This record gives sequence, structure tokens and C-alpha cells, in this order.
Amino acid sequence: MSLASALRTGQLDQLPGRRDEDWRWTDLRGLIRVAPPASPTVDNVAANPVLQALREPVTTYANGRMIRDDASTAPDAMRLRRFVSASNGTGHSLEASVEVAAGERLLLIDSFEGHASGYVADARFPIRVGEGARLERVVLLDDAVDAVSVSLTEVELAPGAVFHQTVLASGAKRQRFETRVRHHGGKAEVQLDGVYVLAGQRHSDQTTLVEHLQRDGVAVQLTKGVVQDQARGVFQGRIVVHPGADGTDAKMGHHALVLSDRAEVDAKPELEIWADDVACAHGNTVGALDEEALFYARSRGIPEAEARAMLIEAFLAEAADRIEHIQARELAHQWLAAQLRARS
Amino acid sequence: MLSIRELHAGIDGNQIIKGLSLEIPAGEVHAVMGPNGAGKSTLSYVLTGRAGYEVTQGTATLDGEDLLSLDPSQRAAKGVFLSFQYPLEIPGVPALTFIRTALNAQRKARGEAEVTAPAFLKLARENAAKLKMDFEMLRRPLNVGFSGGEKKRMEILQMVMLSPRFLILDETDSGLDIDALRIVSEGVNALRSPDRGMLVITHYQRLLDYVTPDRVHVLADGRIVASGGPELAHELEREGYDKYAREAA
Repeated sequence: MSLASALRTGQLDQLPGRRDEDWRWTDLRGLIRVAPPASPTVDNVAANPVLQALREPVTTYANGRMIRDDASTAPDAMRLRRFVSASNGTGHSLEASVEVAAGERLLLIDSFEGHASGYVADARFPIRVGEGARLERVVLLDDAVDAVSVSLTEVELAPGAVFHQTVLASGAKRQRFETRVRHHGGKAEVQLDGVYVLAGQRHSDQTTLVEHLQRDGVAVQLTKGVVQDQARGVFQGRIVVHPGADGTDAKMGHHALVLSDRAEVDAKPELEIWADDVACAHGNTVGALDEEALFYARSRGIPEAEARAMLIEAFLAEAADRIEHIQARELAHQWLAAQLRARS
Repeated sequence: MLSIRELHAGIDGNQIIKGLSLEIPAGEVHAVMGPNGAGKSTLSYVLTGRAGYEVTQGTATLDGEDLLSLDPSQRAAKGVFLSFQYPLEIPGVPALTFIRTALNAQRKARGEAEVTAPAFLKLARENAAKLKMDFEMLRRPLNVGFSGGEKKRMEILQMVMLSPRFLILDETDSGLDIDALRIVSEGVNALRSPDRGMLVITHYQRLLDYVTPDRVHVLADGRIVASGGPELAHELEREGYDKYAREAA
């Protein structure tokens, strides 16, 4: 029941659809009626000026195949990966793993780029963060408006490890970014954050599952989104505290602004707790832009469009501000500003 | 300067301002006092163009220019400033960023050059010092977690920085202790000038001990029902609004 196997076998009845609880807001079965032909091999893709500015080694994938790997030579503290969909109307899948050895640190920037239209892309990302290691991952989802783009990240977090992830999504026809973390406690810390900025008829789904398997795990989550026009944002956050995972400390927040009557946000925060000594909290709000704050800003001379953009950017920036690495944080802010300029 | 004639206005179909006329010449400070529900805050919102408030009749002009057809930011660019009774918290926007954005938007609307970052910071530092504000507070999100007194000081700081031509102070004294009231009043008094007018809206006379008005008007049931000198404020403090409320009814 995955997109990758459906692409491989052509058996579309394997696709998840609205009858599957976890996919009810991201229906693929009803959407993909004809199996797309396999994406061709592509040797070259256009550069990404935003990432070029970082001057770090880049690993580039095009249509699911690695075409260039500048990173293989040097073990760097920062790695960039580009996942480019480069052909119209075709399908591909890929798997790319990352392992951060015990005690090491890595900043990983993953950029999903749609250079074509109507593609169907699937990706799997196994990640292992070793004992005492630290991985900060920033994901930019820049898919084409009519694309289907689905990915699953599975993180194995050793005791004392740290995994911070921030996903910035601008949506697609169907876009899903799912993250599952197996949390082995021992003061290990996971932070799963997200931002979505959706306009037109774009859809984006950020789904997370954090399984606390052993004692004293820490997990914090903050996702903030804004939807306008007929766009649709989906947040599903599930925290499971298994028996024996006492001392777990988990917080989950999802807050969204809905800027038009026809835009929609579907949110499902879930806590499943099988241990006694646990601190778990979640907060979820969906609302309109604060009209009073808007009037306040306008009464000081800021024109309406500028005031709206300022308030929306400030709202979303709360999540982007939590990125620790300065260059990555600036990258996220640039991305946000560009999205907000594009939608206004 | 500010000229309001036969103004009728309300919200959600309820008439709140019912034929209000008021002339505030440049260089003068006028106080509008009145009981709760008289229409004091409505007057400030109608003058600044808050959404939902509907003007059904009458005019309001600043130096002969119609205000009511302008949107709130245009009115600000013309020099109208409202100090809010309850200043809003703006999470994620540092106070300095907010004020600089506002100042440059106003300047742009007036066809003036933007203020450079160093010049702006210098001005902000000087004015914050005058208002006895910790400059670090200006780096924090505007009004978030500020006390009532700090928020009012931040209003005055914005007022000083934006240097408006016409000031509307809506219950600026509410929530202020005596020290804060003195500092805020000094800030307001420093802005008194021959080419600037002020409308001070207040329920109590307390603020008027510090910001002495040239004229005092009593607002009851949406109209000015009495006008006089500063002594009228003291009379109201002694005798209350009952007399005027009855007259208006």
C-alpha cells in the first residue's frame, strides 16, 4: 500500500485512499487513475541559485536517480541534497539514507524541486542518528502545482541523540511529507517542526508519528500554516508513549491561519499513552488573521497588503525561528518571504 | 485643523454618534469626556477608519481634506495618530521593525525619502531614553508580555517617532500608575506645538491634570452636549455625568 510499489508494479489499487484513516485527507487512489510512465534518465538539471549561495557540497537526484554527488569526497558538517523532478507526466521513486555516527553533528538541507509538470514522485528516507549524535534537517518542498509528491522519512534515534527537522511546504496537487521517529529515550530529543504556505488549489499534508519506546525521551513539535484561495492544509501528529517509556516529555502544537472561505485545514493531533509518568500536551488552533492587529498596523500607516504580509510572516516565522543553524534559518526565512511575495 | 460636522455613525446598524460637531484648531488640545457608552471610543475609531464602523451622515476633515473616504493607512500618512486604549500585541514583529515599517510607509505615501537604519536607530534610542524605556524592549515583539504601563509608553514612543499632526488619545490614562502617567503626560506635552492638534478622550479628569486642555467637551448619547474651559473637567469630576446623561436622554 504505497505509492512506490504502485509505481513499480502499475497496480493502482495498492494506492492509499480516503478509506485509509491515515490518508483520508490525502487521497491518492481517487486521484491517480492511470499509472504514469517511468521517468526517463536525465543527466543535467538547472542549478538552484538559493542553494548555490551556501557553497556546500551538493548531492543531486534527478527523476529519482543520483546524477551528481559532490559530497562523497569530504565528510562535511553540512550536506545539501536536491531531489529534482525533471520530466512532465512521469513517475519515479527513490530511497536515500543518512547515518550520523555516534557523537557526530550534521546539518542536512533537502530541497525538493519541481522542474516539470504533472509528475508523480515518491521518496523514502531512512535516517539513523547514533548515540549522542545530532542531526538538524531543513526540508524545502517546492513542487510543481499539478504534481503528486509523497515521501516518508523513518528516523531511528539512539539514546542521547538529537534530531531537529523543519519542513517548509508550498504544496502541490497532492503533497505529503510524513516523518516517523522511533525514539529510544535516554534524554534523546526530537523536534519536528513545519511550515506550510498554500495558495490556489494546492494541498500539503504533514504527518508525523513519534514513538517513545524507552524512558526519558523529549519531543517538541510546532507546525504553522497559512492557506488561502481553495488550498488545503493537513496536519496529522501522533505521539505514542509505549509501556515503560516513563519520563517522556512531549509537546505538540499546530496553528493555522485560514485566509479565505474556501480554503481548508484538517488537523488531527493524537496522543496514545501507555505509561504513567508522562508529560504530554498538544495545542491546535485554526483561525483567521487577527483583524484588530491588522487595524492597529494600518492605523500606524502600514498599507493593508503590507500589514497582512507582515502579520502572516511573523505568524509563520515562529516555527522557522527555531532552526538553530544560522545559515539554514536564513535560508528558511528567505524561502518564507519568497512564498509570501508569490502569493500576494 | 480637525473639523467634524454633524457626524452620524454607528456599528452593526446601531447609531452611536448622533450629530456630533467639533472644531479643534491647530495648536489646541481638546478633551472629550463622557460616561461609558457615550460614543467616545466610537468617535476615535470613526476618525481612524476602523472596519465595521459606518458613517451615515456628516463630515470629518483635517485641514480641509476629507478623512472619511481614506483608508486607515492613508489617514495615518496625512498625520492622524490614534493612541489605543488597549494597544495590540503583535507576536513575531519586533517593536523597532514595526515602527520603522510604519514610519517609512507613511513617508513613502507622502513622497518622502525613507529613513535610513542608522538614523532611525539613533532617533529610537533618544526617544526611548526620554520616555525612560529600556531600549532592549524595542527589540522584543511589539507589546508582547508588556505591562499595561509599558504598552502605553510604547504608544507614546510610536507617537513621538511618527510625529503626527493630529493626535487622538483614547483613554491613555487607563491602567497607568502615577509615575507612568507623569512620564506619558510629559511625552504628550512635548508634542504640543502651534501646528499640531490633539483630541484627548477620557472618562476621568486625572489625565487632564497633567495634559491641560484648552477646551473640554462633554459627550453624551453621541453628541457634544456641553463645552467649556479646563474647569469643566473638574466640575464633571465633582458632580459626575448624571446631569448630562439626563439631558441627552
